[in-house]
Amino acid sequence: MTLLIEFAIALLKVLVIVFGFVMALGSLMTLTERKYSAFMQKRWGPIRAEVLGFRFGGLLHLVADGVKMILKEDFIPSGANRNIHTIAPAMGLFTAMVIFAIIPFADAWCTGLALPVEGMDLCFGFDDAEALQSAQPAAVATFAPTHPYFQIADLNAGLLYMFAITGIGVYGTALGGWASNSKYSLLGGLRASAQMISYEVSMGLSLAGLLMVYGTLDVNEMVREQGALLWGTVPMWGILVQPFAFFLFLTASIAESKRAPFDMPEAESELVAGYFTEYSAMKFGIFSLSEFVMVVFIGAICATLFFGGWQVPWLYADGFHFSGDSMLAAASGGAWTAGELQSYVQASTPDIALPYGLVVFLRIGCFLTKIILMIALQLQIRWTLPRFRYDQIMFLGWKILLPASLINLFITALAILLLR
Amino acid sequence: MPAKTLVMERGKRSFWVQSYLPEVANGLAVTLKHLVRFITRQEESVFTINYPEEKRQYPERYRGLHRLMVREDGQVRCVACMCCSTICPANCIHIVAAEHDDASIEKYPRIFVIDELRCIVCGLCVEACPCDAIRMDSGVHCHSFTDRTTAFLNRDLLMNLGTYSAAKQGGERSF
Repeated sequence: MTLLIEFAIALLKVLVIVFGFVMALGSLMTLTERKYSAFMQKRWGPIRAEVLGFRFGGLLHLVADGVKMILKEDFIPSGANRNIHTIAPAMGLFTAMVIFAIIPFADAWCTGLALPVEGMDLCFGFDDAEALQSAQPAAVATFAPTHPYFQIADLNAGLLYMFAITGIGVYGTALGGWASNSKYSLLGGLRASAQMISYEVSMGLSLAGLLMVYGTLDVNEMVREQGALLWGTVPMWGILVQPFAFFLFLTASIAESKRAPFDMPEAESELVAGYFTEYSAMKFGIFSLSEFVMVVFIGAICATLFFGGWQVPWLYADGFHFSGDSMLAAASGGAWTAGELQSYVQASTPDIALPYGLVVFLRIGCFLTKIILMIALQLQIRWTLPRFRYDQIMFLGWKILLPASLINLFITALAILLLR
Repeated sequence: MPAKTLVMERGKRSFWVQSYLPEVANGLAVTLKHLVRFITRQEESVFTINYPEEKRQYPERYRGLHRLMVREDGQVRCVACMCCSTICPANCIHIVAAEHDDASIEKYPRIFVIDELRCIVCGLCVEACPCDAIRMDSGVHCHSFTDRTTAFLNRDLLMNLGTYSAAKQGGERSF
């Protein structure tokens, strides 16, 4: 029975996160990208689709595009490998969506009493503050279980999973290009494989520094550690401890998403449309949707690793703490007694006290805001920078980003060695 | 003969320019500025013209669809002198002349067809016309075609667009 409930919860998480959030934001991106670029260029963008005279600021173009994509002829060129040609777009979208399993949208739900200890919420085994007050002061405080309701898969090798899945992501593109029986598609697919494999190296290496700082691969754990206050005041977000790695990672991941200025696999100016030249109808739509979902994922992972994930600055389980002094200190003997917790709850109230449910709600909202800002940054980059030449991309990947991430790794290791 | 070569000195680029990052930031700042100004409506200049509802103000000398001007009595002004069809670089004007009943007019175009698909809208026919019979100041776009034959505009259709021209035609002969 409990297994069934667990299964139902997991299914619900997948439905809400993947279909309620990822798919919604991904399909909204098809419109957002056109609108955003239009506003940058003083145009209105798509506004003309209307139903009974209502236009909703162009929102109906989503429906119009969907209807168009479904109703168009699904064309497979002669000589193409029909099966692989059909599977390829699905593989692209599959990897882009499956990767969201590791993104934590809020901290694991605490079934007991959550209190902040030096910037990290711990879940103590008391039902609420009143139950804590009635406990024996000398008793050793136990911990209550936490449930990862806001993360599809709480993997302890989360980042490795991410790299594995992005590694598979290249197959959809390369196979789609190869199975089309077209030289443009094949060239696009080849470029995609070369580019994505090159940038995966520096993408992984740029995060290695972050792994050394946080000492874990668990994504939710990494976010939890970003709540620690540096010098008692500044939240220790990834961008503060690894500023250089952020730029390396962002560059490499934009190159991974195959969008301008790294749109070599697509290359409208020389390869017609690159790897999806021979695709039409919804298969084409799925290719572009997976590209947009990848943009959402890059926004999410950048926000998670470098901008504190679901952390609201200075907000902890019981409210806002603007300095580290008002939080619980580390336990002297490895465990806290109920008396220590009681005196904390009575004496040092947070600067602004908030109920736990509201804190979780604020954290989810904050994370979504961060994702949207990161997506906006990517759109801004995509519509500002001119595209690179193919040799420049390889030069940037192997001769600049790779050594730079190695240097970053070396300096990080040196700093950790000297400071600890 | 050796080709003339000019060796251009490449300007020295500083480390910051070569690193590309500050220029990226500058570029992003420029586009962000435009975005914010557009969204907050600080600039009224929107480039978009919602075409069928709003129309662009055409310049005074805009060349639109041809039209044939008429005389006081409603007859075509054209005397079938062939100047326009001769100068037309696209060979799109086809005229068949016929003798006019009025001896002072001498000729009129029995057939006057303009192939709007071939027309390059250069306006040379208007320049060449000695009697202000053809103009391109109708301000109307050429209509869209689904059939090639509908792109051939004949005399009556072109005359319907035309109006009376007060320009003096012919005049007294001094020889």
